[in-house]
Amino acid sequence: MSDITKLSLNELIQNIRNKKLSSTEITNSFIERSEKSKKLNTYVTDNFSSALEAAKIFDEKPNMDLKLPGIPIAVKDLFCTNGVRTTAGSNILNNFIPPYESTVTQSMWDEGAILLGKLNCDEFAMGSSNETSFFGNVQNPIGENLVPGGSSGGSSAALAASLTPVTIGTDTGGSIRQPASFTGTVGLKPTYGSCSRYGIVAFASSLDQAGPMSQNVKDAALLLEVISKFDNKDSTSIDFKRNKYSSELTNNIKGLKIGIPNEYRVEGMPKEIEDLWKKGIEIIKDCGAEIVDISLPTTKYALPTYYIVAPAEASSNLARYDGVKYGFRSEGENLIDMYEKTRSEGFGEEVKRRILIGTYVLSSGYYDAYYLKAQKVRQLIKNDFDNVYNNVDAILTPSTPSSAFKIGEKTDDPVSMYLNDIFTVPVNLAGLPGISIPAGVDDKGFPLGLQIIGKPFDEQTILNIAYSMEEKINFKNNITDWWM
Amino acid sequence: MAKTNQFFIEREQNKYEVVIGLEVHAQVTSDSKLFSSSPTKFGAEPNTQVSLVDAAFPGMLPVINEFCVKQAIKTGIGLKAKINKKSIFDRKNYFYADLPQGYQISQYKYPIIGEGKVILDMTDGQKEIGIERLHLEQDAGKSIHDIDPTNTFVDLNRSGVALMEIVSKPDLRSPDEVNAYIKKLRSIMRYLGTCDGNMQEGSLRADVNVSVRRQGDDNFGTRCEIKNVNSIKFMQMAIIYEANRQVDLIEEGKSIDQETRLFDTKKNETRSMRSKEDAHDYRYFPDPDLLPLEISDEFISQIKDEIPELPDEKKKRFIDKFNLSSYEANILVSDIDTSKYFEEVIKNSDVKLATNWITGELFAVLNEKNLEISESPVSSNNLSKLINLIKDGTISGKIAKTIFEEMIEGDKDPQIIVDQKGLKQESDPKALEELINKVIKNNTSKVEEYKSGKEKLFGFFVGQVMKESKGKGNPQLINKILKEKLNG
Amino acid sequence: MTIDLKTVKHISKLARISTDEKKANKLANDLNSIFKFIEALNELDTEKVEPLTSVADTKLRLREDKFEANNIRDKILKNSPDENKDYFVVPKVVE
Repeated sequence: MSDITKLSLNELIQNIRNKKLSSTEITNSFIERSEKSKKLNTYVTDNFSSALEAAKIFDEKPNMDLKLPGIPIAVKDLFCTNGVRTTAGSNILNNFIPPYESTVTQSMWDEGAILLGKLNCDEFAMGSSNETSFFGNVQNPIGENLVPGGSSGGSSAALAASLTPVTIGTDTGGSIRQPASFTGTVGLKPTYGSCSRYGIVAFASSLDQAGPMSQNVKDAALLLEVISKFDNKDSTSIDFKRNKYSSELTNNIKGLKIGIPNEYRVEGMPKEIEDLWKKGIEIIKDCGAEIVDISLPTTKYALPTYYIVAPAEASSNLARYDGVKYGFRSEGENLIDMYEKTRSEGFGEEVKRRILIGTYVLSSGYYDAYYLKAQKVRQLIKNDFDNVYNNVDAILTPSTPSSAFKIGEKTDDPVSMYLNDIFTVPVNLAGLPGISIPAGVDDKGFPLGLQIIGKPFDEQTILNIAYSMEEKINFKNNITDWWM
Repeated sequence: MAKTNQFFIEREQNKYEVVIGLEVHAQVTSDSKLFSSSPTKFGAEPNTQVSLVDAAFPGMLPVINEFCVKQAIKTGIGLKAKINKKSIFDRKNYFYADLPQGYQISQYKYPIIGEGKVILDMTDGQKEIGIERLHLEQDAGKSIHDIDPTNTFVDLNRSGVALMEIVSKPDLRSPDEVNAYIKKLRSIMRYLGTCDGNMQEGSLRADVNVSVRRQGDDNFGTRCEIKNVNSIKFMQMAIIYEANRQVDLIEEGKSIDQETRLFDTKKNETRSMRSKEDAHDYRYFPDPDLLPLEISDEFISQIKDEIPELPDEKKKRFIDKFNLSSYEANILVSDIDTSKYFEEVIKNSDVKLATNWITGELFAVLNEKNLEISESPVSSNNLSKLINLIKDGTISGKIAKTIFEEMIEGDKDPQIIVDQKGLKQESDPKALEELINKVIKNNTSKVEEYKSGKEKLFGFFVGQVMKESKGKGNPQLINKILKEKLNG
Repeated sequence: MTIDLKTVKHISKLARISTDEKKANKLANDLNSIFKFIEALNELDTEKVEPLTSVADTKLRLREDKFEANNIRDKILKNSPDENKDYFVVPKVVE
């Protein structure tokens, strides 16, 4: 076998089932490569020795009927893993070892997958560059000193660098799709309510969704099939009939209507993004689908809405980190003093900024002007999508307004950082599924992604469109292993 | 006799009326907590009834308990209140050691139950107290300050237990009305089985809003909220203290600050809780982990079918059907266990006698022994047997009292006592006549006196005959025969 | 509108995050630029719009009232910064 780590998830599974490779061999390969890739800073906590043990146990009595037989997988450090430290990229959870497992990761282990380790991310998933992590920057394998996107930056970088065959991230405003776009990988955010939020460190409850990140669309379909499950431990989990995403995957999208939203042609959009989008439209036409111009008039208000709703929920979700029950505590003279010291030393600057924004928009006298207003606009944004979905089956947009930028380039200007999510945020606000696939490179040779947005619960259609486009785009990531 | 419930605070020039509103926190009777599957049993070892959800571990999520929703609706029906088919759970955000989430899940703008009412029976007539709303919320844990000199210990067993907050309108005007209101509310919830009303265990506690105004004023004064008072006696003491404090301020020409106060039971005074003031911006917003609670008509009508007869209706029935006085009926319906006991007794026995025996002899014994009626040493079955023995003339009322004394010691069957001790009433006219003849013979001078008009002596003869019968003589028969003999 | 130092300090207090003068100044600047961007929402007339309650297209599910009597105190307390085996421990609360 030439290089095991370069194989796709589906190829690895085939090799395991054919007994050409063992789980131990595969796990060893990813561990070895990960050990040589510390410079990327993708892992917060590794689980290598336990993973090898688990692989050995799998190989002794392999169950090939499982969907992820003996496959080692590293996950974003926002998923609580039983007995394995879970930090959410924060000092405040620096020493936290959950005595429970998130539903999503449990579903993966139930299908034979093995935990390789916990991947770096922006602190509490708040960021678009992985620069807010307490555990430091992550390097984008595309090029030195480039951000891998965020918040699932450790995940996108580890995936692009072949340190894990697939991974899972979480997406609140673009945190799967934007880093996928920055690293030339595939990232899917499912419909809100598809994947259980139980055991995932919460950022903004009404927006958070877990989803697969992979080298190709077929792998994403398979991983989605494993993690998309109704869960009665999450009151917002939805009991709908899920497709067999991987076996129902088809490249026949003839006759589908794909909407092109006029409002996504934002002012100052770089020409290369514009060109990429045009290229996407041509490919869609080539595949036999129909292009329809559509309008989503409230689009420009999505980002301001998001920056009210998400911080508001976060300010409340993060109140539990108070130094009492778990995690970091800074001793204080009295209870209030302990709270204030713990939280100001335990949280990083971006998290504190968002907690304060959220506290402010919910505070007495401002609730109606900000939070209530935002929830009204959010309804309008949802209505926009509901309306166009009477005429189209899916929507095609760019994933991000730019390719990966330099580490440190945007850290001093929060608003310019927030603008990264301009194309991805409306999808979270409306609770829709969206997938980003690599579609080309910019003039610097950095990958750029296209986003396909679907109807609620219609992950299958966006996967099919992505699958068809992927075939025609035939994107190859140019990873030089510069860090080794 | 006409006692009134008027309550005023008087100063040299002015007379003040006290205006009171209550926010009662009633623990919902349920097996598990409102949003988690932890048990709710009282008195467990600290932190042994705590789930990952209750301790607010990262990524833990609330899932609502259907039974608690049902209990709230039941209570709403009992308060003749509006059931809101859509209600919303909000987060009330504040930091406290015993609030692990950093917020309490409660209902703010859209509670599950809207306006209703409670009828109080006061000595000067009925009074209606308006209910503003009832909502569901989580209880907090418990902070313990006295185990360690420098630290506070936190027990989360209560954290997440379901509470109903029942908010009254500011319709109460006296400590007596507060007493009657709490008792009535407790009674309704105990009939419904929605709250056990156990104040010692903290199942029922209240925040008391107090303001005062000059008699005749239409506008309310500035109110103070006295937090978390856990007995009726303390509520009454706190109200009296607080109302007087406010009146004194007004009399001195000072203003009253709207604030939260604490009742110090040892010093019998209220004092300001300034430390909580600055954190009073609760930043309520709908809990994004939950969806709006929607209740169907079917669900409501199904619950309506389960509603038992409540105290007001039961009282009316007792008066109409059994001809009880309003006073008697009140006593018998005020507590569900009393009414159950009463209804069991009267299944097979005389209502009037049952009423007298329960409100008289039985209550005296319970009082003396400090027992609840559910712990009564005499079962309803045996009491009804005793009443039947009286009714059918087997024993006299007097003998019945002797038998009752014995029944208290271990719930004995009165029939067996009668048989064993030969206490059966003597109702044979011939036997009684013999005794009467004997008494007349032995008291000839008294008989003369009686016959010459000293009719008061009749009682003396009855007593003598009773004595001769060793208390077993049938008093009605003795009366009848004696009269014939003496007047004949 | 602008967010002044006093407001920053007030919301920091509410959020239980201590901020010194220097930090408060920087925060005020950041928040002002963020709110300038947020205030674009005022252009929209939303008077007749009902606020969104949830994007989850489902009804609130109700759980059966069944308790799980498993005492997991050790697990619950294991991560706590204090080593007490029965209680969570915090510095004395001053009322």
